Amino acid sequence: MKKILLSSIIIIIALTFVGRLSYLQIFRHSSNEIFEDTAIKAIYDYPERGYIYDRNGELLVANQPAYDVMVIPREVKTLDTLEFCELLGIDKPLLLKQLNKARTYSPRLPSVVVPQLSKTDYARLQEKMRKYPGFYIQKRSLRYYDTNSGANVFGFISEVNDYELTENSYYKQGELKGRTGIEKQYEVLLRGRKGVKYIQKDRFNRDIGPFKNGIFDTLPEQGKEIKITLDKKLQEYGELLMQGKRGGIVAIEPATGEILAMISGPSYDPALLVGRERSKNYTKLYNDSIAQPTYDRSVLAQTSPGSPFKTINALVALQENVITPDTKIQCFNGFYVGKKKRGCHCGGGLRDLNIGIYKSCNAYFAGTFRKIFEKYPTTDEGLDVWDKHVKSFGLGEFLGSDIPTGRSGLIPTKATYDRMYGDDRWAPTYFISNAIGQGEVLVTPIQLANMTAAIANRGHYIVPHILKEIEGVKITDPLFTQPKYTTIDKSHFEPVIRGMADVYVKGTAARLQVEGIEIAGKTGTVENFTKINGVRTQLTDHSVFIAFAPVDNPKIALAVYIENGYFGGRYAGHIASLLIEKYLKGEITRTDLEKKMLTTTLEKEYAKAISGKPFIINERGW
Amino acid sequence: MGGKGLLRRLDWLSIFIFICLVMIGWINIYSSTYSEGQKNIFDFSTIYGKQLIFIGINCILILVILALESNFFERFSSIIYTVSLVLLLGLFVFGTTIAGATSWYSLGFFNLQPSELTKVATALAIAKYLSDIQTDIKRNKDQLFAFLILLIPAILVIPQPDPGSALVYFSLVFVLFREGIPLFYLAIGLFTILVFVCTLMFGTIWIAIVLGLLIAMFLLLKKPSLRVPIIPIVGVFIITILFSLSVNFVFENVFEQRHRDRFSLWLSLEKDPEKLEEIRKTIGYNTYQSEKAIESGGFFGKGFLEGTRTKGDFVPEQHTDYIFTTVGEEWGFIGTTTVIILFTILLLRLVYLSERQKNAFNRMYGYGVISILLVHYFINIGMVIGVLPTIGIPLPFFSYGGSGLLGFTALLFIFLKMDSNRLKEGF
Repeated sequence: MKKILLSSIIIIIALTFVGRLSYLQIFRHSSNEIFEDTAIKAIYDYPERGYIYDRNGELLVANQPAYDVMVIPREVKTLDTLEFCELLGIDKPLLLKQLNKARTYSPRLPSVVVPQLSKTDYARLQEKMRKYPGFYIQKRSLRYYDTNSGANVFGFISEVNDYELTENSYYKQGELKGRTGIEKQYEVLLRGRKGVKYIQKDRFNRDIGPFKNGIFDTLPEQGKEIKITLDKKLQEYGELLMQGKRGGIVAIEPATGEILAMISGPSYDPALLVGRERSKNYTKLYNDSIAQPTYDRSVLAQTSPGSPFKTINALVALQENVITPDTKIQCFNGFYVGKKKRGCHCGGGLRDLNIGIYKSCNAYFAGTFRKIFEKYPTTDEGLDVWDKHVKSFGLGEFLGSDIPTGRSGLIPTKATYDRMYGDDRWAPTYFISNAIGQGEVLVTPIQLANMTAAIANRGHYIVPHILKEIEGVKITDPLFTQPKYTTIDKSHFEPVIRGMADVYVKGTAARLQVEGIEIAGKTGTVENFTKINGVRTQLTDHSVFIAFAPVDNPKIALAVYIENGYFGGRYAGHIASLLIEKYLKGEITRTDLEKKMLTTTLEKEYAKAISGKPFIINERGW
Repeated sequence: MGGKGLLRRLDWLSIFIFICLVMIGWINIYSSTYSEGQKNIFDFSTIYGKQLIFIGINCILILVILALESNFFERFSSIIYTVSLVLLLGLFVFGTTIAGATSWYSLGFFNLQPSELTKVATALAIAKYLSDIQTDIKRNKDQLFAFLILLIPAILVIPQPDPGSALVYFSLVFVLFREGIPLFYLAIGLFTILVFVCTLMFGTIWIAIVLGLLIAMFLLLKKPSLRVPIIPIVGVFIITILFSLSVNFVFENVFEQRHRDRFSLWLSLEKDPEKLEEIRKTIGYNTYQSEKAIESGGFFGKGFLEGTRTKGDFVPEQHTDYIFTTVGEEWGFIGTTTVIILFTILLLRLVYLSERQKNAFNRMYGYGVISILLVHYFINIGMVIGVLPTIGIPLPFFSYGGSGLLGFTALLFIFLKMDSNRLKEGF
């Protein structure tokens, strides 16, 4: 027994050790060692973020160097704080606070003392830095904007948050990521891919050479240069015209679906969200809940389309064969829904399609709308057919553009009314307002612009998009290159477009003609309501305008929507004409229109709703 | 005696494993202390260069041992033992302090650590005493004297402080067990350790309850015919409880904080996460780093000279007591298991060799060799892989250190020399 005792002990010890070692080296061992190993430090090499150019190759967004003053607290020797503070341009308590913060964070690792020095400060400091051991200047790259327009289109970048760090293993603490706009949508293209070097560290955190001679190291991959579809001049001019006005403008090149301009008013200078004052400015912009400069109205504002929607109803009626261009409908300076009369501004009389459009006759379109529904035995069927046609213009659904934000709008269906009135307890008269774009239908400016482009193209559109080229290579995504066809035959578009052209000749925008350019357009004046202290209150009508030009070979289609701008022919119509002229001619001959737009604002109008006093809406004079 | 005959009679399996262990050990010392730029393995200013010299001296030592008369060590064991005790005593006057321990004589080119040689001397002395025809291990007086042989060097090294070596001398009690001291002592020893650990982990009350229940069960389940030894049972119960209470007292009042912390870490006594973190950074740092390094090696290891934690010097004392972490990180599970298998085969082989000795002295010395090697190997690897508390003790044939390497080699080869002669010697 004693003889085997010792042998048994030896074997038991061996088994215990092997058991423990298999637990440590097989069970607990993680294959992700390189990222967890405290002995290996990854040092990243960040490529420059890609530049953004406009459709003509004009620079929009680039990068600029910024200089942070850094400190490694452990290496700081005694310091002449007074002189140093003067040099940095900060006061002593702030310096001491920052140093304290840095020391608490880590005595061995660098922290920022003064972020983002200007170039001149940097030049002045650079020479004297040697006198202050432990301090050094680190260069960083910030966005630089070669324009003060397009803030909402470009979007901005900011540091990744904790959630994103767990979601996406690419990002590390403190790295930047596109938050909104193009910066968000094309983040991966623009940022490139950071390079990494693995450095072997000893236990004092000193470098002792590359890990495995750098076999895991990667080189940075440059951010891609992209060309976007915007026209810098048009965008800047549009934002200039929008001064003092709220609303959204989207201009599209009908043949390609390329977005030429995307303007939201009020906007802000994109440079505000870069540099030392960034967080202060951001808070200010973000907290402006009245003007909402960060709210991109061009893709987010949903409103009734108003009269421009009449063109769609005309096309549906033609397609359904319930009218011909010559069908006439009586306008009694309005029309009757049951016994209730609804008004019309067209002047009254027997109206056909052409005059119905250019005079924007409500009665004509109410009648047309009725005819569509009378064709089918039940309202349900009629509504389904109407929905199918209307939605084929990209309305009521997300367009699927490469703008990372947007709204679907609304085209009412059977389900909508079942929900509103109860199952089947409704009739066409309930929603006849949709005939003139005032009912349940909701659209965003980009949808309205796309609808206009579909009319300009006589029956098809290409999904609006903002990306044009990557590193000089045109995009090939079929979504942004293949046309989508509407359900309306090409032949039905001519009479409607004729009517829209006559809007400029003898209709509601006759005074907005631009010499030498044949424009087709349609005004819209949209009633709207808000709640003031819980009371539903009507505000001055929104001014809406859609247009494309030239009529026979459309180069630009746009939708302009100006909050509380009153008649479509006023603000929206003026701006639309000016933008078309600017884009097609490159200069403005209608200086009278331009002057008006540059000098009038709607600030007084906007002040009404928040004044707390009773006010008049739809005031006559300019 | 003829050299050719000697070569044939040597136990080449043991020698082969010995060579393997020394080679593997040196490779890992090289890796632990290597840094870029040093290319020449014969650069004797480096740790691995020095170890190479010791290995060379070792070869000479082996030749000398094999050349000596086989009964040289039996005859001179008392003198060797006395000389080594004098060397230990001399440390109090002439010792050089390295890393807080006064364990060395500085000889200029080389620091001699006498406690390593005392291990050989004590093994010889205990074998000599027990094999003496006049010694009867069944007698209390002789038992006491045998214990004294172990106790004296242990007491001399504790103040250095070198508790690891003290433990090694005690390990020679295995020899006593082999030679007839009742296993009852071993049972008492194990029971004492069990009560000690349980007191720290669960407290005296639980020990009293569990022990009480065990006794009650014994009384209920025993055969009715069995006479109950009431007084011894009650005695054991009371003594256990008193011991358990004294453990608490000793732990709180006699132990120093660093000892308490080691136990706290080992037995997971500390529940407060903040304090635990504190312990982990101080006392537990070594264990934490060594476990991490071994863990990071995985199944196949990172490869020779590729251990990132080894290169970064994250594990302290890596070329000495923590050399096994290098094996773990660079050679993985395959490497660590290989080393354990080598040690296991060597130890089992030595058990076999001891048992076949006809000469009682040789057999007892063989058991002494096994005890010393086993305790080193068990405590060192147990500490490095985190199953035992931290006790500074080298891994035989592996760890850097001249005295240690020479001591272990002498220990082993003296026995192999004896073994080679076992057939020649009469009684």
